[in-house]
Parts: sequence; C-alpha cells; structure tokens
Amino acid sequence: MSTPHVHLKGITRRLGTCVANDGVELELVPGEIHALVGENGAGKSTLMKVLFGLHQPDEGEILIDGRRVRMTDPRAAMRHGLGMVHQHFMLVDTLTVAENVTLGSETQARFGLLAPGDAEREVAALAERYRLPVDPKARISQLSVGAQQRVEILKALYRGARVLILDEPTAVLTPQEVDELFAVLRALVADGVSIVLITHKLAEVKALATRLTVLRAGRRVATALVADTSIERMAELMVGHVPAPLTERSDEAPGAPLLEVRGLEVRDARRLPAVRDVSFAVRAGEIVGIAGVEGNGQHELIECLAGLCPPSRGDVRIAGAAVSGHGAREHRAAGLAHIPSDRLHRGLVSDMSLAENLVLGLQRRPGVGTGPWLGGHTLEDASRARLQEYDVRPPDPRAFAGRLSGGNQQKLIAARELTQGARAILAAHPTRGVDLGAIDFIHRRLLAERDAGRAVLLVSSELSEILALSDRILVLYEGRIVHETTPAATDERTLGLHMTGRASHGDSPLPPREGAPRTSGGLA
Amino acid sequence: MSDRRVQWQWLVALSPLLAVAAALAAGAVFIAAIGEKPLEIYALLFREAFGTGYGLGQTLFRATPLLFTGLAVALAFRAGLFNVGVEGQLYVGGFAAALAGAYLPLPGPLPAVAAVLAAGCAGALWGAIPGALKARFGAHEVINTIMLNFVAFALVSWAGRALFLPATVHTRDVAAGAQLPRLDAFVPVLRGAPVNVSLLLGLALAFAVALLLFRTRLGYELRAVGHNAGAAEYGGVSIGGTQLLAMALSGALAGLGGSNFVLGYKHYFELGFSGGAGCIGIAVALLGRNHPTGVIVASLFFGALSYGALVVNTRVPRELVEVLMALVILFAICARPLLERAARRWA
Repeated sequence: MSTPHVHLKGITRRLGTCVANDGVELELVPGEIHALVGENGAGKSTLMKVLFGLHQPDEGEILIDGRRVRMTDPRAAMRHGLGMVHQHFMLVDTLTVAENVTLGSETQARFGLLAPGDAEREVAALAERYRLPVDPKARISQLSVGAQQRVEILKALYRGARVLILDEPTAVLTPQEVDELFAVLRALVADGVSIVLITHKLAEVKALATRLTVLRAGRRVATALVADTSIERMAELMVGHVPAPLTERSDEAPGAPLLEVRGLEVRDARRLPAVRDVSFAVRAGEIVGIAGVEGNGQHELIECLAGLCPPSRGDVRIAGAAVSGHGAREHRAAGLAHIPSDRLHRGLVSDMSLAENLVLGLQRRPGVGTGPWLGGHTLEDASRARLQEYDVRPPDPRAFAGRLSGGNQQKLIAARELTQGARAILAAHPTRGVDLGAIDFIHRRLLAERDAGRAVLLVSSELSEILALSDRILVLYEGRIVHETTPAATDERTLGLHMTGRASHGDSPLPPREGAPRTSGGLA
Repeated sequence: MSDRRVQWQWLVALSPLLAVAAALAAGAVFIAAIGEKPLEIYALLFREAFGTGYGLGQTLFRATPLLFTGLAVALAFRAGLFNVGVEGQLYVGGFAAALAGAYLPLPGPLPAVAAVLAAGCAGALWGAIPGALKARFGAHEVINTIMLNFVAFALVSWAGRALFLPATVHTRDVAAGAQLPRLDAFVPVLRGAPVNVSLLLGLALAFAVALLLFRTRLGYELRAVGHNAGAAEYGGVSIGGTQLLAMALSGALAGLGGSNFVLGYKHYFELGFSGGAGCIGIAVALLGRNHPTGVIVASLFFGALSYGALVVNTRVPRELVEVLMALVILFAICARPLLERAARRWA
C-alpha cells in the first residue's frame, strides 16, 4: 500500500476519568473507503473530533501525507484537506444549494458584493465533476434528505476536501437513497478521495468499505480487509461476544385493542394535513410497526398519539379511554408510555440529573415522591437499580443527562418508559444512534413487553428493525396508510417501494392518492 | 489530563468569585486614576461594611431587599423567564404593605402578618399579569415586565395623591402592631443599625425557595420548563400554567421585599423607596448563579458595596461603587463562557 494519506499515531485522549481513545492507530490510504466501527462510547466520535481539530490529543500525533501537523481547530483540518459530513446536517434551510455550498468562502465580485451567478456555475461544475445530481438554485427546504446530504458532500469538496469523514450517513436515508449515496461515494473514491465511514451497520461496511478498523472501549481491536472479514466476525469484534439472535416470537393470539385510532387527521405546523384519515388498532400482545420515509406524517402521528398535538379530526383511544384532545398527562394517565423520536428535544432534560430524568412524566404519580415532595436521596436511591438494569453508563444518579453519550441517553429513556407499567407503548425510533449491544437490549425489552401483554406501536426508519420486531407492518406515505403486511410476507426492497409510493401494481396495488378511503388500513 | 480537567471545572464553578476579583482589580485602576490608593480604599470599605456591629447591621439592612429581589429573579430564571419587573413588584408590594399596616384594624401582632401578606399578594398579582400574558399569548415577559414597572410607579403616585400626608410623598405610619422589630433589640452589637426582622423572613424564604426548587414536584416541573420546555410538555407539564405560577411566585418574593423599608425601617411607604433594588436584584441572581445560597452571598456582597460607598465617600465619589457594581455584572456575564472555552481548549 502507498503512504497513508492520513495517519493517526498512538492517539490517546482522556475525557474526565475515562480514556476515550487509548493509543489508537488509524491509517487512511488514498482512494480507500475505511469503515470505522464500534459501539457507542467506543471512541469513534472522539477520534474523529481529534482528527478534525475539535479535541486536542493528550498523546500521539497526526500525520498528513507523512508530515506531522497540529489540528488546532476545524479550519486547520479543512486547510489540510479534511471534510466532515455530520449526521445532523449543517445547512441553512432558507438559502439555495449554491449559497450553502459557498457559505463562508464566497467568491466576491467587485466592491465586496456577492456574485450568485458565479457561485451557481462553480457549484454546478463541481456537482457535474463528481456526478452529484443537485440543482444549485434549489432551496434546501425543497430538497429531500438524500439531496441535502449531497449538498453537505459538495460543501466539503468545494473547500478542497480530499478526505471525507461521514458520520452515520445512511441513518436518515431510504434504501433507494442509500444505493444512490453508495454510487456517489464509489465515484469519489475512483477520483482519489479517501473516505472514513463511521457506522453501526455492518452490512454497509461489507457492501462499501475496503478496510475496517474496529474500536472497543477506546482501543483499536482490529484493522482488517473487509473482504477477509465476515459480518459475524465484525459483530464479534465490536461487542466482544456474538449477540444471540432475538428470541422466537410467541405465537399467542393478540388480545384486546389497547391503542386505537379512527379517522385521524393531524395538521402540521403550517396547518396542512400531515396525517390523513388514518385508522388502526394495536392489540395487547402485538407489535405494530409503522414504516415510512421520514416526513410522511410519522412525526405528527406520534405527537398526536402522545397528546402533544390535538388531532383536527378523528379520535384516539388508549386502553378503551377516549383521550383525543387531551394533553400528554392524560394520555400517560390512561396507560401510555412514549419513547420519543427526539431525545434531546422531548425525551430528556439535559441539565437535570439521571434520577430526575427517570421520573419525567411521572413526577405527579403517588408512588413517585410523597405528598408534595420529590427529589433528594430518596429519588436517587430509587433510580440506582434501574440504571444498573438498563446498563446506563455511568450509572450515577446525580450525573447530568446531557453528559451521557447518545446511546446511554436512549437507554435512560427506555429505562423510564418500559418500567412504568404502561399498557400501551409508543416507541418512536427507539434505537436511533444506539450501538449494537444497546439495540439488542432495547429490542429484547420491547419483545418482552409485548409478551407481557402490552400493545407496542413501533415507528422506525430502520426497516431491519421494523421487520425484526413487528407482528404487523403498516406503511405510511404522504400521511396515509398505503400498505399493510407482515414481516413474513415482505422484504426491505418491497417495503422501500411502498414507502416511496413507487410500488408497482404487480406487487400490491397502490391506493388512489386522494379520494376513496382505504379499507385495508388495518382497523382490527 | 483528568486532574487538570477537574480543576478547570472547579474554576468554572467558582466563576462568580473570579468575576468579583476581576471587577475589584478593574475598579482599582479607576481609584488610582483619581489619585487614591486602591488597597486602602477597599480595606476601608470592607472594614466598615463588616468590621463593626453597626456597619454589619447597615450592610445587612441594605442586603435585605436585594435578597428578596435576587430570589425573585432567580426563581423566574429557573423557569426560563427573565423577570425584569421586580422593581415594580417590590414597589406595589411596599405600597400594599403600608396601606394594610395603616388601615386594617386588627389586634396584637396580626397587622404585621396582614401587611406582609398584602405585600406578597400585591407583588404576586403584579408578577402574574406578565405571566398570564406569556402563558396565554406568548407575549415576551421582558417587554411586559419593563412596561409594568412604569405602570406601577404611575399607579402608586396617582393613588398616593389621596393617601399621602399633606405636603409629603409618604403615607401615614403603619400601626405599631404592623411594625417589624429591629434586630438590635435582640443582638445588642448591631445597635443603631436599621436591619430588622425582614432579613429573617428573607433567609427563611431563601430556604423555602431551595426546598421548592429541588425537593418538590412543583419545583421539578418548574425547572423542567426552564431547561427544556419541549421535554416538560412531553412529561405532561402545563407550560403556560407553570410560567404563570413562576411569575406569580417571583412577584410575591419581590413584593415581600417591600416589608424591609416599609414595615421595618420608616414604617411608611415613600415614593421611590425601592431605589433600584429591583435592578440590582438581577445582578444578585446573576452573581449568585440563580441558586438561593448564591443569592444570599451575592446580596450580602452588594449590600456591603452599597453601605461602603457611603463610608468611602469622603475620599472617592460614591459613583465609583456603582461603577464597581456594573463591572461585577460585566465580568460575571463574561467569566463563565470565557472559562468554559478555556476549559475546553486546555483540558
């Protein structure tokens, strides 16, 4: 192999009392896709932050093309030809593609004025060269998630990036968009760009990467050719043991409907209907999965079922009680638990302790606290067992929730929502951004809840998750349920077609977009 | 390194002290510029403010209204609200206390209880108005509380025309039973200083606010709304209701501060009695990091500066102390982000 383009040598980085990176080595050669895999908290993000100048290493050095450099800040990293595509896009919605790409390094015409025409031509030329189909004049808010991601990649390339770091790039994409992204990445590599791909999805590593480096607990446990490494072996390297397959689903017939929705219409922030005439029921002892590309009404559906946004039409029943029009407190009182899709905006109060976060939503319950009192040692002591059981690290009841890694925050929320004895569980993206071990754990808990006779509504953009857990699957497209199936009767590709409204009539008839109500909406 | 990082965290936590030190250092430059010796002036200031029983009593007297207003601002801040209207709430509180103390014919010590309650209720009402506007219409509380300060001043002046004693701008004295005793009646060393029972009420309220915030269901919801309204809503907390309640409680705390001057010192309400205690309360809360303990310490510090200004007035203009207060506020605002950035960079 040629001289490494980027060489991280013996990087050690301590965060507080824990060692996030312990003598980690990473070599990136020109024209390779190097997958960086590991569980949450394994040190992937820290390593990339060190490379990108957001953290200074305590030990070790960074070599670019064989020369030692000091990455003082992200600007230095960009000067050295590094570009990062974050999981959460850093784009200005109201500006055009060209404006976003050139933002901060605009070419100026005379008198310091901007030259939008030049910018658009430059961006168009760049997009052409790397075969990234995107219209420079389009506004970001009009673009699909996949197109927005291409803009992020263009942004990095425009600044002269020869090394791209992609953080979980497929987390928000449909299967079709993933294919498109992979094509783009392969083209970039053919052009001599090298890529670091941070991911949890081992199938993607297999499909795309040339080499992989596995981190576990801050140390590099292996660097290997992907061709020589099976997915099972990768999983084993990541978690240190082979995760057992999920338990067989019990074949008991589902019981009474615990979460019922009839003729539901919910409007979004712009007062436009985002959920249209949706009806379904989730019965005791079943998991119903809702598949769909993000932005097809899932968010509004979840918010409405949780009591955070009143429906404009139709009604919601939880364990038989009509709750539509009431708030989150009434929904919870009727027996609903809710793992929210956005843990930072909804699920947690970052500046409050783990113990306090474990009672969010339950703060008025008689068993939680006594009389008007809540807090102190009683609350902390009551939380210890659950923090241990759900393996929240660190299991310190007094630590602030904002200090936990994403995966641990998700486990904290699961610990709260799955232990309160609710009869119906609304699980929205329950494993988003969570490592393999925690995904497995949360999946088992959800299955256990189902087997204990709870009704679980699972909303996820991970089709593998929907397929692995659901007893029935509903596909949401443009606010309507357009397809109902079971995991045994379908696969990712078919679901992907339904999710994008492109299902051919041979597979399963696509309902009319407007007009006649559907009957196969899954009303039990 | 982990040790170094822990030390930085301590520094960040102690940022108010650093702000005070930086302000004193910057103030020293001003003192030197007018030809005085900074260390001598500071020594004189703090020796007089804390060194004698009378001086300590004066410091405590001046710290008392700041304790109330500081607590008021801190409580609202915890709920995510910036109550700039503490001055007006203090003002109507003092006025209500004077009226209740002077006109309610009650036996024994009941007039004092009634007057204190009146102060709290008037302040609560004055705080609840912007709270309700925020909860119902989302109207920004900063604008509305500022405006209501002016309304409070004007309203009280207007009502005072009929109530003030002839040729004065103050009401008649409150009944003897409504007067709060001075502390020098129990602690002889404070002899002559106007510090009164109102201070004890303030300290009790500081304890009560701490208990409310960190040990009750209500305080939990209040803090959740302040930190992350989205999560609070998810947790079934009524955002508007909590905001309204927080503003009413904040106003009540500010209004109760009126008891210091009206019931414990002059025994009547006088136009302009609040003297900026509401505004300094914002600085007190800021310096005290919105924690009741911090507010106690910060109000003591500002009280000492306020009394010390009079003492050093013969050698440096008293405006210097106002400059010093302003510097403390500036440094308190800057210290934390600067230290945190430094901590991130070097830890």
